[in-house]
Amino acid sequence: MYAYDEIDRTLVNERVAEFRDQVKRRLSGELSEDEFKMLRLQNGVYLQLHAYMYRIAIPYGTLASNQLRRLAHVARRYDRGYGHFTTRQNIQFNWIKLAELPDAMADLAEVGIQSMQTSGNNMRNVTSDQWAGVAPGEIEDPRIWAELLRQFTTLHPEFSFLPRKFKIAITASDHDRAAIKIHDIGLRLLKNEQGETGFEVLVGGGLGRSPFIAKTIKPFVHGHDILSYVEAILRVYNQYGRRDNIYKARIKILVHELGIETFAAEVEEEWQQIRDGVLKLDQGIIEDIRSRFFYPAYETLPAMPDELRQAAADPTFEAWRKNSVFAHKTQGYAIVVVSLKPIGKPPGDATADQMDALADIADKYSFGEIRVGHEQNLALPHVRKRDLPAVWKALEAIGLAIPNVNLVSDIIACPGLDYCSLANARSIPIAQEITRRFANHDTANLIGRLHINISGCINACGHHHVGHIGILGVEKNNEEFYQITIGGRADEGAELGSLIGPAVPYAEVADVVEDIVEAYLALRARPEELFVDTVKRLGVEPFRERVYATR
Amino acid sequence: MTSPLQQKIKITGPSIVTANRTWDGAVIYRTGSKSWSDELTDAAIVRTADEARALLTEAVADDLNAIGPYIAPVEVAADGAVKPGNMREHIRLTGATIALPAQA
Repeated sequence: MYAYDEIDRTLVNERVAEFRDQVKRRLSGELSEDEFKMLRLQNGVYLQLHAYMYRIAIPYGTLASNQLRRLAHVARRYDRGYGHFTTRQNIQFNWIKLAELPDAMADLAEVGIQSMQTSGNNMRNVTSDQWAGVAPGEIEDPRIWAELLRQFTTLHPEFSFLPRKFKIAITASDHDRAAIKIHDIGLRLLKNEQGETGFEVLVGGGLGRSPFIAKTIKPFVHGHDILSYVEAILRVYNQYGRRDNIYKARIKILVHELGIETFAAEVEEEWQQIRDGVLKLDQGIIEDIRSRFFYPAYETLPAMPDELRQAAADPTFEAWRKNSVFAHKTQGYAIVVVSLKPIGKPPGDATADQMDALADIADKYSFGEIRVGHEQNLALPHVRKRDLPAVWKALEAIGLAIPNVNLVSDIIACPGLDYCSLANARSIPIAQEITRRFANHDTANLIGRLHINISGCINACGHHHVGHIGILGVEKNNEEFYQITIGGRADEGAELGSLIGPAVPYAEVADVVEDIVEAYLALRARPEELFVDTVKRLGVEPFRERVYATR
Repeated sequence: MTSPLQQKIKITGPSIVTANRTWDGAVIYRTGSKSWSDELTDAAIVRTADEARALLTEAVADDLNAIGPYIAPVEVAADGAVKPGNMREHIRLTGATIALPAQA
């Protein structure tokens, strides 16, 4: 956990007071909607189909139990008793009233939660690996750097009016759980030959209307130089980024149009002018941030406790353990992923009661800490292996011991047309129907790792481009249709999926997914060959034939 | 951003003006008596571009109470019953098509 200092607390409280005044002026008519819109967006307040939507940042996906309880309180008191975890380590409330927003914001500020820059053309929540600090083999905890960048970019005047929104993600593991290659800037933490910390810097990734995989702009930037290098990138983007056309305003378009070499040369020239200035990080600053992260006092525990050995006799427990429990860097401990993908329910939603119960479970079994991943699941990062049977029972009691992590029913989906004012088609009912088709755990296990991502419009909040199976909702003559892509992935081998053919109507989407999965089961070289590897080996054609032969 | 009044108004059938209420964001419909209602049945129905422009103009002028007014299609049955003209408006009127996880 990171502990905010007095400066952070003052900043957040002042922001709440400022927004309270802005809301008051809006409701009295002193501010018009045109004047108010940018102010509310900079505080994460959107207007959706039915109501305002409030987006709250969970920096680098780390939550304390008291913070999760406070989110539950906001869900219960100001919303409709639930929240929606997003693909960028945020939580959204869908029914909040503008008149009550300042109170909700103040309640959250008391526990160090805020929503600054969760919308608008500025630097968004800096995201990271949800297993940061506990993943085996991690080079070092990337959240220290994420926090540095968060502080650097929060309310930075030069980055408050960028051509378009800007997103940074950081990973420090070989396996990229933070999807850095689909971010405006992706940072992969490395050590150089001298053992010094630095970053491979990638730039120009993003999804939406024009998807791109980020390219490496510099193979190693020393940690002391990371702020100045990020500033140099942002300055080049701020100078040349298109402000005349919203569809061409993201940095990915600039990088694509200039070419990575030209863009890199521009950044290098800018960087050389500022790299040895005030942004050069003193080791003391880095250590100060590091010292504000608190780590549990791990005990020396056996790798295989008796409690776990005994519980293995229960096949239901064992199915959950094999699916949802992952290796921890410390012997005797485990990471527990809590799937928020119950069969037939909206992906990523948690009720206030579930949030409260999870906070209690975290207090009892995970040193009071919860993590939020971009796959819209949660994690308990520090569970003693001997406590796993008890954690499983506690999760089962709240309907969240769902052994489908990374399986076909672990679907990423945006809110879609059921909530979103930008959407062309619904996402959630499509996800619900697919999970029902694959509700059988044995079948899902037989299929193996398969990520389905669903977006209700081309803005791609559901990351459909990088789903092993991607589903994009479009509207044709007032009807919902869906384009299907296969072969995408968001990890270290990130790729964009390929379209398999013409869009299909709403009622046929789950059938098409079943056809694709059946084709995969028939085509895979061996049971261990993942869906995405079969697509890479064989291409789209055999899947296209299977899906469209009878359509 | 382009004002809705600067955009070319083209309607192909009966239409209404809808927006979201400022203080809570709820869906509202412009009535024929220069006010707002949360019932579609209270909405003023327009059938020509000029009528639509006039209704939209007075709706836009009420910036204090309504956000983002726009013209939306409706279907009017022979008995006068009014229904939303597309899926988006249907969802705005009747709510999400899914069961919500909780109802506080």
